[in-house]
Amino acid sequence: MNFPILSAIIFTPLVGALFIFIINGNQKNIEKNSKYVAIFTSLVNFLLSTFLWYSFDNTLSDFQFIEKKVWIEGLVNFQLGIDGISILFILLTTFITPICILSGINSIQFKIKEFLIAILVMETLMLGVFCSLDLVIFYLFFEGGLIPMFLLIGIWGGPQRVYSAFKFFLFTLLGSVLMLIAIISIYWITGTTDVIALLDIRISQDYQYLLWLAFFSSFAVKLPMWPFHTWLPDAHVEAPTAGSVILAAILLKMAGYGFIRFSIGLFPLASDYFTPFIFTLSVIAIIYTSLIALMQEDMKKLIAYSSVAHMGFVTIGIFSITKQGLEGSIIQMISHGLISAALFLSVGVLYDRFHSRLISSYGGVVNIMPKYALVFMIFTLAALGLPGTSGFVGEFLTLVGAFQKSILVAVLASFGVILAAAYMLWLYGRVIFGKISNPAIKEFKDLNKMEIYIFASLAFFIIFFGFYPDPLFKTIGVSINNLIENYQNNLNFYITKVNN
Amino acid sequence: MDQITYILPELFLSFAIIVFLMIGVFVKKSFKLVYLLVIFSLVFSTALLLNQSDQAIKIFNGSYIIDEFSIFMKTLALLFCLFVLLSSKDYIKICKIDKIEYPIIILASTLGVVLMISSYDLIVFYLGLEMQSLSLYILASFRKNNINSTEAGLKYFVLSALASGILLYGCSLIYGFTSSTNFDVIAKNLNSSNIGAIFGIVFIIVGLAFKVSAVPFHMWTPDVYEGSPTSVTTFFALIPKIAALSVFIRFMYVPFVNVIDQWQSIIIFLSIASMIFGAVAAIGQSNIKRLMAYSAIGHMGYALAGIATGSNTGLQATMIYLTIYLTMTLGAFTCILTMKRENNYFENINDLSGLSKNHPLIAFCFLIILFSLAGIPPLAGFFAKFYIFMSVIESKMYFLAIIGLLTTVISAFYYLRIIKIIYFDKPKKSFDQIYDWGLKSSLILSTVLILIYFIQPSVLTNVVSSININ
Repeated sequence: MNFPILSAIIFTPLVGALFIFIINGNQKNIEKNSKYVAIFTSLVNFLLSTFLWYSFDNTLSDFQFIEKKVWIEGLVNFQLGIDGISILFILLTTFITPICILSGINSIQFKIKEFLIAILVMETLMLGVFCSLDLVIFYLFFEGGLIPMFLLIGIWGGPQRVYSAFKFFLFTLLGSVLMLIAIISIYWITGTTDVIALLDIRISQDYQYLLWLAFFSSFAVKLPMWPFHTWLPDAHVEAPTAGSVILAAILLKMAGYGFIRFSIGLFPLASDYFTPFIFTLSVIAIIYTSLIALMQEDMKKLIAYSSVAHMGFVTIGIFSITKQGLEGSIIQMISHGLISAALFLSVGVLYDRFHSRLISSYGGVVNIMPKYALVFMIFTLAALGLPGTSGFVGEFLTLVGAFQKSILVAVLASFGVILAAAYMLWLYGRVIFGKISNPAIKEFKDLNKMEIYIFASLAFFIIFFGFYPDPLFKTIGVSINNLIENYQNNLNFYITKVNN
Repeated sequence: MDQITYILPELFLSFAIIVFLMIGVFVKKSFKLVYLLVIFSLVFSTALLLNQSDQAIKIFNGSYIIDEFSIFMKTLALLFCLFVLLSSKDYIKICKIDKIEYPIIILASTLGVVLMISSYDLIVFYLGLEMQSLSLYILASFRKNNINSTEAGLKYFVLSALASGILLYGCSLIYGFTSSTNFDVIAKNLNSSNIGAIFGIVFIIVGLAFKVSAVPFHMWTPDVYEGSPTSVTTFFALIPKIAALSVFIRFMYVPFVNVIDQWQSIIIFLSIASMIFGAVAAIGQSNIKRLMAYSAIGHMGYALAGIATGSNTGLQATMIYLTIYLTMTLGAFTCILTMKRENNYFENINDLSGLSKNHPLIAFCFLIILFSLAGIPPLAGFFAKFYIFMSVIESKMYFLAIIGLLTTVISAFYYLRIIKIIYFDKPKKSFDQIYDWGLKSSLILSTVLILIYFIQPSVLTNVVSSININ
């Protein structure tokens, strides 16, 4: 196939953003037209990516739809390509972006045009991360996301937005510069930054540990893992709803994707060596942040801490390096993408009506907003991993994977599931049930049509994948097998080399 | 006689200076005319320069060199001088420094820069340096009724004269111990056991470090940047940097190439100190010109890191870095030149608040330029740093690379602070609309170049990759 579909998918939002940039006229027309352009481009992109999924051959283990162009001569090729793992993240991104745009149009009060440009540029950069097969290109997209996200938090955020935006930016930048050193070092060690080639080159074990740590520093901040997670609650709380959704649903997944693609793929020896370290951090993250979530008074902060805990399951699954663990962590990431997006949107619904994120401001909402109570129920149950929702599939499989490596880790991590039930149900009970504590709640309007569509589409996929996750397994199965096989081969190669 | 054809651009510039001075003296109210003529002469000499062949040739008894490297650097100097003049026309008029001497002295300084870049002999080099510096002293104090400007001029004169003295002493030591002022001969006669000449190298490095404003010889930079008229600061931030860096490169790569282990650690120290100091000291600044001065110190640290490698990759990285740095700085200073309200220019960064509301386009340009200065991909500033660190890591100087990248994070903070003021803070009074097309076009051109650089990064790399200094 000659049509460069990956480039098309990556750059369509950018073209849309350019169109919005040049829209002129009076204020009302600008807003109206830019809304249409943004919705249109993001929907077109979603259709393009479903077409990509349709034409994707899930029986092949190699990268597909490869595009290669000379970019910096003799140094870097602009190389794109996807396998079963990346395509799911592409779909997640193109699915979440229109939702962000719709919710933003509902709730953003000023500078709509700039807001839409930022979201679309963000989409381009996120898609680029999942498609790129060259380390430098990957870094470019990975880091480039800082700019629109910084502006999203800083311009449209809450009262403490400046502090949060700076913290987000500097934390992630600090993590990432070390990865840049590692990428350049890889170039001088192996002579290439081409990921496909690097997967076959076995990087000498002298370098592996340091390189792994450099990549880890970047991904651990972005994911985020305990103790590098402190920027996340701040960023989430202050970001506008759409920003939180992008942050939780997609941005965090870039790090998980990075762990799978680069840490495991390029440095198997180091990954094996550092597995106990990762397990320790993940277990601490799950239990510690769940306990913190329990005590939060701010709804968004609670969900942010629960994100850290859920990401703990992801890292446990990834570094168990078993078929179940890896599949589980990918499904956990996809489902967390949907669920956390839904939860942040749910909080956004209340916030738009009352402009408070404190749990204590609400109570008895079910009496006034029954539809809202229903959808919030679905998402709460999904977040605590109730069987029948996609949250269960992911968590269950990661725990199965962890069990094969270490029973202790699996047992400790399972506590997280119980704690999740505790903080989610308690949150739900305090907000939705009880007496109407606040007279203003009586004035609330139930979900409008737009909100119902958004929530229905999210709820549909959460429940659908809860009952029938097979399409996901089919897509990633071959790629995961290939990944594990490569990993084992490389690991055996290093071990025999050491023994000789 | 036929050697003269090789220095046509220089000859043309010298004649232009004399003729324009005559025009200025004999034609009344000729500022506009001279200004225009200077701009045209810059265009014309650039054309003459680009017409020269790429073959490396040494003329005048091997004391003057025309090679790809010098042509590249000279083109940069002339082009950026052109943009400095284009963008500062309004400023000159409003600050009442529209004397005919102004453009002519700028041209003279540029001629000095051109001579420095091509020099292949200590004496020619010193000649160019003094021509450049003398013009700069006058330019810094050009607003003679303004106390800050006078102070800047005097400060720069005293410190620069001191640095020149040290430099000259180094030159005489080198001459004494290698028995020549020609770079080739120096290179031949220089080895690590020649202690006297090594002393000379240290003195020369000190003098050059002063010119590029590397820590610990940076003291003059913030004051001169702040005190000089903004149009002159723009010039200060661009053109002398080209000259100083290319002379730095020439010295380290040609006459001193055999004693790399003697000077490498000095340059590494200068580089690390500049990066750290530039990043930390800028945090507390509230005057944007002062902040740009510290930012320039930091950026020179990165450029020196490329030179410190002593490798060909390092040379090319430094040239790319310089080109991109110049573009970004030009953009930043054009933004500063737009900070005008009712014929008053403002320099405090808090005055920028609300720029995003009142002047969305300028605010957007400034945003791009600042993110690029911070080195965030996919903007051009990232690539500049990327090439530098490529060369640094190739030479296995991991420590330098890690320090450099960590200071990137620190310096990101103060660029973000400006962005915060522009975009997040409550609007204040609006600045005036700008109608000056020269200023507008410089701003938009530099922003667009920074923004679209990532589409075809090979354009610049291809030009640079063929350049070899030895």
